[in-house]
Amino acid sequence: MQSIRKILSSAWQALFGDPVRAFGVVSLGLLLALAIAPAKEHFSQWHSYQRHYLALIHDRGDAVSLRRRFQPGIHQIWLPELGVVDRCTTCHLGLNEASLGDVKEQPFRKHPVVPHSLDGFGCVICHGGQGPATTVAEAHHSERAGEEPILPTRYIESGCGQCHQNALLGTPRLNLGRTMLTRYGCVHCHAITRPDGTKVAATDHPPSLVHIADKTTREWIYSWLKDPQAYAASTTMPNYKLSDVDASDISAYLVSTSTTHAGDTAALGTKPAANADPSAGPSLYGESFCSSCHAVQNAAGNLVGGDLGPELTRLGNKVKPEWLTAWLQNPRIYDATTPMPQYRFTPQQITILVAFLQAKTDSDYGSSVHLDVASPPQIAHGRKLIVELGCAACHEINGVQKPENFAPDLSTIGSKPLTQIVFLPGMEHTMSSYIVAKIREPRAFGPSVKMPQFALTASQTDALTTALLALTNRSRTMPDNLRVAATPETNYQPAGHAGKLINELACFSCHRFNGRGGDMAPDLSWEGSAVQRQWLTDFLHNPNTLRPSLIRRMPRFNLSDSDNKELTDYILTVYQSPSIDADFTLTPGIDAGTVEHGRQLFYSKYACQACHIVDSKTDKGYIGPTLTQVGSRLTSAWVYAWLRNPQALRPGTTEPNQNLNDDDARALTAFLMSLKGPAGRGAKQ
Amino acid sequence: MMMRSTARRTIRISALALFALAAVAGCKHSAPPAAGLKATAAGSAIVESSGGHQVGVTGTVLKDPLVVQVNDDQGTAVPGALVEFHGSAGVSFDSAVMLTDSSGQATTLVTLGTIAGRYQLSAVTPGKSKPVSLDIVETALGYQQRVGSILADKYCNRCHDSESSPERVSNYDNLEVKPHAFTDGSTLNKMSDADLTSIILHGGPALNRSALMPPYGNTLSPADVRALIAYTRAVADPPFEPAGTVYARK
Repeated sequence: MQSIRKILSSAWQALFGDPVRAFGVVSLGLLLALAIAPAKEHFSQWHSYQRHYLALIHDRGDAVSLRRRFQPGIHQIWLPELGVVDRCTTCHLGLNEASLGDVKEQPFRKHPVVPHSLDGFGCVICHGGQGPATTVAEAHHSERAGEEPILPTRYIESGCGQCHQNALLGTPRLNLGRTMLTRYGCVHCHAITRPDGTKVAATDHPPSLVHIADKTTREWIYSWLKDPQAYAASTTMPNYKLSDVDASDISAYLVSTSTTHAGDTAALGTKPAANADPSAGPSLYGESFCSSCHAVQNAAGNLVGGDLGPELTRLGNKVKPEWLTAWLQNPRIYDATTPMPQYRFTPQQITILVAFLQAKTDSDYGSSVHLDVASPPQIAHGRKLIVELGCAACHEINGVQKPENFAPDLSTIGSKPLTQIVFLPGMEHTMSSYIVAKIREPRAFGPSVKMPQFALTASQTDALTTALLALTNRSRTMPDNLRVAATPETNYQPAGHAGKLINELACFSCHRFNGRGGDMAPDLSWEGSAVQRQWLTDFLHNPNTLRPSLIRRMPRFNLSDSDNKELTDYILTVYQSPSIDADFTLTPGIDAGTVEHGRQLFYSKYACQACHIVDSKTDKGYIGPTLTQVGSRLTSAWVYAWLRNPQALRPGTTEPNQNLNDDDARALTAFLMSLKGPAGRGAKQ
Repeated sequence: MMMRSTARRTIRISALALFALAAVAGCKHSAPPAAGLKATAAGSAIVESSGGHQVGVTGTVLKDPLVVQVNDDQGTAVPGALVEFHGSAGVSFDSAVMLTDSSGQATTLVTLGTIAGRYQLSAVTPGKSKPVSLDIVETALGYQQRVGSILADKYCNRCHDSESSPERVSNYDNLEVKPHAFTDGSTLNKMSDADLTSIILHGGPALNRSALMPPYGNTLSPADVRALIAYTRAVADPPFEPAGTVYARK
């Protein structure tokens, strides 16, 4: 005790013994205190990165200009309208330096080329993470207080989707995800409102189940409910993981409440003719181009055909022959809004087709299913399950109301606070991993979760996650001028008898008219300006293929002459382009000299034979439509306007705009219009 | 003076340590979790079955899995041999260490890194006396290059890509003058960006080549053309080495 006091007093004496010494010591102390702040900055992480950057550029050829553009200190991109306060550029110093593209080490690499500037949009809009942070750990990986780490690169396109509600060329993953939201029925249960207030509408067509007992058996419904993908691998129907009892009770309810539909099948024989040619079925199926919309699994297990309609691999297991007969005769009696056209088959054709399709049977499928007659309590239990699982959100079901807001609204799911989310043990605490896990295995989040199991590949799950992550608060609060709206589908409806025909033939399933319809076949909004009457009449009677390389083709509909005339008249009168001059005449006319000049331009100057066939003996280009009889098909006004600017008539068409001068365009038009095709063609077949 | 240089050295060292740490963190996925795997056989050669030379998108899983096969001296497949996959920084595998299956093959899904460019992967098997390895190259496209690949699919590949399928028939065989594939580095690497730009904008005749190549200057935007060129540069084989200013290196 004594000695400690002695040491302290001698130390006091040594430091503050006389006033001069005391003054010196206090000054030194003050100096040290003042040095804390600059030292802290000096040893900060970002400062070390900045020094490292200077060392990196020191030896480069353009060091002088790089150093001139370098500014020490903390950098910040502040965009109040977007809620962006990004200090990422404090360490990521080379983002805008074109010459640093070869630098591999981060954070100094140049940013890859993207359509937007860094200064206009900042970083976190696309990359996520914590913009204002100035350490790597806080900016990239912080999970404190519900903060999100940076977004894995595979979801980066969700950034684009916050402003761009339309489909972009460079974001295939986002586009796929958005298509899936509407095609896989997500929006039947989950409401999604776009920032402009419009609702995302479903584009799938879940069948109505009100007449289900006419179509199929209770045993098939049972097998289907147990595992939809076992019947058709490509179906979008999810698996509800039902128990045997539950599936049995649901099927009992559906069958017991099913009503008979008004189809008249009595006139049609359902038995195939005994002497029917066995090749008649496949060839009628082929000629009718059923495979443009329906797929069938081939021997190798690959799906062949389109995905617009249901897969037909095991159709014989599912439908009753009398239903199929009535359906092929007129699908709109069973389902008024089906995308399936009314083909106008003859009774004999229907018999052939029914026999052919019914033979698509897998004898193993559902063979072990034997259901006892259901009791009223079982049927009542089936109804309870249907209500609980929300089957009526997609399907029309007798005695069950379509539920409203059945599942959580997903309009801002991308910004949902992480604190409101229950993560599974061992899961990364990020929105993206939560969404992926929820889509991949919804029931892993608890047995009471109603969301069913969808059969999606990993890349489909990623695409869907990308589309969902784009639904953020920022996409709603940002200034309107940054928002790029989606092109909404119009509710265009053609009028009169022709309008009825267009609906019956389901033209909208493949073709687009005035902003409504499918994209499998050409947009016909201006078809009336493009084609000649005789050609259109012949084509509707017997569609021949214009593009030899296409495998999806227009089917033949057995139209009556009067229906054909009605449609032809309507198309030629109504679907006219305002930019095509109907009174256009070629000057000079189609004389031998101009035609020959056009031929030379076609073959030499513009080398159109690279993609088109004019002379089927010598030309081989089959990318564009065959032009051997284009003079009997198209109007000269259309050909001329097309040659001047193809994209003006059909945006996005692949034919390049060659910027033809007027003389060349006229000579080429004259040449093309002289191609009338072989004699006798074009007449009615 | 001395103190300053010491301080600087400490900073250098700490920065170095930081980068080493970052590098380790980046590679952690390809580190072998070898526990529990016991090779029952060893081969003497390792060959690629499929999945090499793919072109994917940065940060995403390659479409097809990478499949390698371990063979013995006679060239027969060896089941139960240990295979390790390694990749340059940023690449990860769904399983990096495994035993070959009954057909002697090891299959893994590859996730590319976040930087566009070529990724050098390798598959290593211990072998009988010394380890044998196989080098595999995969390519990751960045945003601009992928836009180029989408545009190429729409406008160019029907002629420039000789691969033909029923879903997308190629016109390549029908052309009198054969177009160059976009991967044909031996030809395209020699062409400057300016030459490629002018042939895209103005067609073949701009460089005194075939008029079968039409001009796209009124159809594609300047950004589209840059994207197309970036794409051809990314997939060129042999790889494209940009000429231009060559900077001194350490």
